[in-house]
Amino acid sequence: MSTGPQFSRRRFLQVLAGTAGALVVGVGHADAEVPVPPAMLGDDFGQLGAYVRIDREGNVLIGARDPDTGTGTATALPRIIAEELEADWTRVTVVQLGLGVEAKEGKPVWVYGHQRSGTGDSIPAAWADLRQAGALARWLITQAAARRLGIAADRLRCEAGMVVTPDGRRFPYGSLVEAASKIDPPNAPLPLKSPRRYALIGQPAGDVDARRIVTGQARYALDAHYADGLVAVLDQCPWPDGSLASIETAPALAVKGVVKVIPIKPEDGVPPGETAIAPAVAVLAEDTWSALRGLAELKREWKPGASSAGQDSGKLEAQALALLDTDSAPTTRVRDEGDLKAASRKAARRVEATYVQPWLAHATPEPMNCLVRLDKDQATLVVPTQAPQRAWAVVQRLTGLAPDKIAIEVPRVGGGYGRRLDHDYVAEAVMLAKAVDKPVRLMWTREQGLTHDYYRSGTVHKIKAVIGRKRHVIAWDQRMASAPALAGRGIAADRLWTSEVAADQLPAGLVPTYRNDWYSLASAMPRGPFRGEPHVTNAFAVESFVDEIAHNLRENPLDTRLRQLGDARQIPLSGGGMLDVGRLLNVLKLVTDRIEWKNWLHNVNGMGVACWHIDGAYVAHAIEAVMHGEKLDIVRVVCAVDVGRVINPLGLEGQVAGATLDALSNALNPAITFRNGQVQQQDFRDYPLASMAQLPNDVEVILVPNDRAPTGASFLAMPTAAPALANAVFRASAVRVRRLPLMKELLRLL
Amino acid sequence: MQQAQAQGLPSAPTGDIVPEPVREGIDLIVNGERFRHTGDPLMPLLWYLRDVLRLTGTKLGDAHGEDGYDLVLVNGKAVSAIRQPMAKLAGTRVTTVEGLAHADGSLHPLQQAFIDEDAIGCGYCAPGWLIAGIDLLSRKPKPSDEDIDKLPNRCRCGIQTRVRRAIKRAAGVKA
Repeated sequence: MSTGPQFSRRRFLQVLAGTAGALVVGVGHADAEVPVPPAMLGDDFGQLGAYVRIDREGNVLIGARDPDTGTGTATALPRIIAEELEADWTRVTVVQLGLGVEAKEGKPVWVYGHQRSGTGDSIPAAWADLRQAGALARWLITQAAARRLGIAADRLRCEAGMVVTPDGRRFPYGSLVEAASKIDPPNAPLPLKSPRRYALIGQPAGDVDARRIVTGQARYALDAHYADGLVAVLDQCPWPDGSLASIETAPALAVKGVVKVIPIKPEDGVPPGETAIAPAVAVLAEDTWSALRGLAELKREWKPGASSAGQDSGKLEAQALALLDTDSAPTTRVRDEGDLKAASRKAARRVEATYVQPWLAHATPEPMNCLVRLDKDQATLVVPTQAPQRAWAVVQRLTGLAPDKIAIEVPRVGGGYGRRLDHDYVAEAVMLAKAVDKPVRLMWTREQGLTHDYYRSGTVHKIKAVIGRKRHVIAWDQRMASAPALAGRGIAADRLWTSEVAADQLPAGLVPTYRNDWYSLASAMPRGPFRGEPHVTNAFAVESFVDEIAHNLRENPLDTRLRQLGDARQIPLSGGGMLDVGRLLNVLKLVTDRIEWKNWLHNVNGMGVACWHIDGAYVAHAIEAVMHGEKLDIVRVVCAVDVGRVINPLGLEGQVAGATLDALSNALNPAITFRNGQVQQQDFRDYPLASMAQLPNDVEVILVPNDRAPTGASFLAMPTAAPALANAVFRASAVRVRRLPLMKELLRLL
Repeated sequence: MQQAQAQGLPSAPTGDIVPEPVREGIDLIVNGERFRHTGDPLMPLLWYLRDVLRLTGTKLGDAHGEDGYDLVLVNGKAVSAIRQPMAKLAGTRVTTVEGLAHADGSLHPLQQAFIDEDAIGCGYCAPGWLIAGIDLLSRKPKPSDEDIDKLPNRCRCGIQTRVRRAIKRAAGVKA
């Protein structure tokens, strides 16, 4: 990117006069002078440092800054801008923005601010700053109209891409943008629209990429290529810390089209997710088929490393069970309120149960891949990532290039679920591109995503409850053991629990005596962020256990929950904010009313319920299930969510139904196991995602209308689906499933 | 630029033109266009589509072609493109997701139904679902829930319930 015209910036928002009189507005960093790439002023919006571009014909381009991994950001974020802009949505084209980075004194400056997806903060971040981008464009257009017409700006209003005068004359935005682009923006943030006047926010909108997707025109990173590039495929060492014992490259190199065979390995001292995941031999060829044929001819031997040899998931689980049975001190006492011993003396009943959940793989649909072109003084990449800024850091470290000489394009991403917050595959691609003088497209197979992943650790929970004479839970003593996802990632030992336990998870704050202990397991198996964790594993244990308490008390589990939640009230959370018990009660009521919970006792099908809260959002599931012999039929699923203001109800419904099905699929069948440090699931026959027949025919989604600030929702519906199902299965079959995967355990116990 | 092109023009025919020999290859029709594959006959159709024709709508799925990501229609039937070597495709008619819409840009009813039901997650598995669904509708114009249950496709974003609605919408049967 060469230096183009300079423009001065007086405040947070950027305004630019584009070619052909287009108005360009962006939210940027607070520097005085910013070089504008020439492309910014042309028709190539892909490199725009701005969010809004309106041309003289009234076409509106809006940039989406967070990657869309199927989470709906490419639709929701631009609609937030379009709302404040008062744009005509039918004239809006959404453009997925790549990484926005500029250099300041050798350091990167993130031009677009927040650029990350799947961590639940895309919508809150957009709510905080993107509304101003739309408001500014509207303000400038209104000012231009005011000057042209000689009417005070506050007497003009905007509506669907038009400025409307008090006497009803309408002027399209396109006719005003040239003048608007020459007006100085104001020095203070602009007033935002009253929610009462929202025309887009709160209204359903289909995915902006839908037509491109159903016609096969949507482009993913794996679909990008350079004509002179090479395709790289990998033979990966089964052990992350293993090494190459021997290699014979001649047979692979003899395959027509194969250009080079290159061994790579993780760099010493670099945290997981920032370098190669395991040693590997790459076969580089002119096309994919030649590369795969070369790979098949490769002769090599791998040997295990010191720490992975002997790793065994069964042994680790036995170790965890033993650990939780001793009175050894926990790694971290996450919560400790009240006096356990005193509460114990008042016990009328005691309930205790242990839950075991397996290791899981991300199993992303689009395999890990990365396209990279290294030129003398710049790098150009196409990366399927949830966090382009983190991908940038990997490229920068490996190339040493100046911050603004690294361009990262992020097309729509074929699923993330936390896997693409790590960038081992980017490091691998860059290592290979450095070794050849051609662009490289690295492609893993989907199966390699199973055997080489930053897994969700298996967990063991042991919970003891003390029940008082009035049926109240007076003490809750919970222990959990897991191999922490954050280990080795530069996080202090006393903070490793944060990826494993949520400090305010239920029933914290609701039970007078509450203890939550976390025990760290040592494992050489790679771990990393996983969609919905740590809520998913904890909610399964906690919400299953509440049902076990109900069973022990011989009562309706809804009554047990209502007694535990108590009255609608605000309970301070340890991390700030409040647990609004009323909102939790409301989602619980909505799902139980819808599924006709009053039939709980007499329904021939089993009914189960579960509720949870995550960062100010609330969710409940009610599920009805029945056994037909050994076949589990999930008859009905109802889910209610309260996420604050809903930006796109259709998109949210999709996220809620989707997370529900994903959580059910993860709970029903799959498990990652390892023996002698090697993952045993070599392909998807061994790691079955749910089939259409196993899943419910419908998920009934209830959205709670609410005018609080919006929260993220991409994984909100994950935690409660599996425990609600297990609770329904208990009613349907009298079998309490305390171990996942559910189907395997259910069939064992039936 | 024009000058460079002019310089690149061949000189006048010299009279000793030898016709090129007929090239051997595998003839097939992809999305209504004729193609001849002259490369490795064992190359799977998936890589022919993606690397040679640059039709990237058909996605890479699992190695056994069981999860439905790489489905295409061969003579109207859904098959896994990674399991079809080019040698088996001589004389066949292949339709990929790019070939489902009509020439005038109007969509197949199932494509439209996917849009109407917002049956879109990350979108990576959508082409496979569309091919499987169209194959099903060609065999069972009014599919039952049990028929839809038999679709082989897998999805992690959880669009299955919306796919079910879309198929029923396209078939005109009650959801």
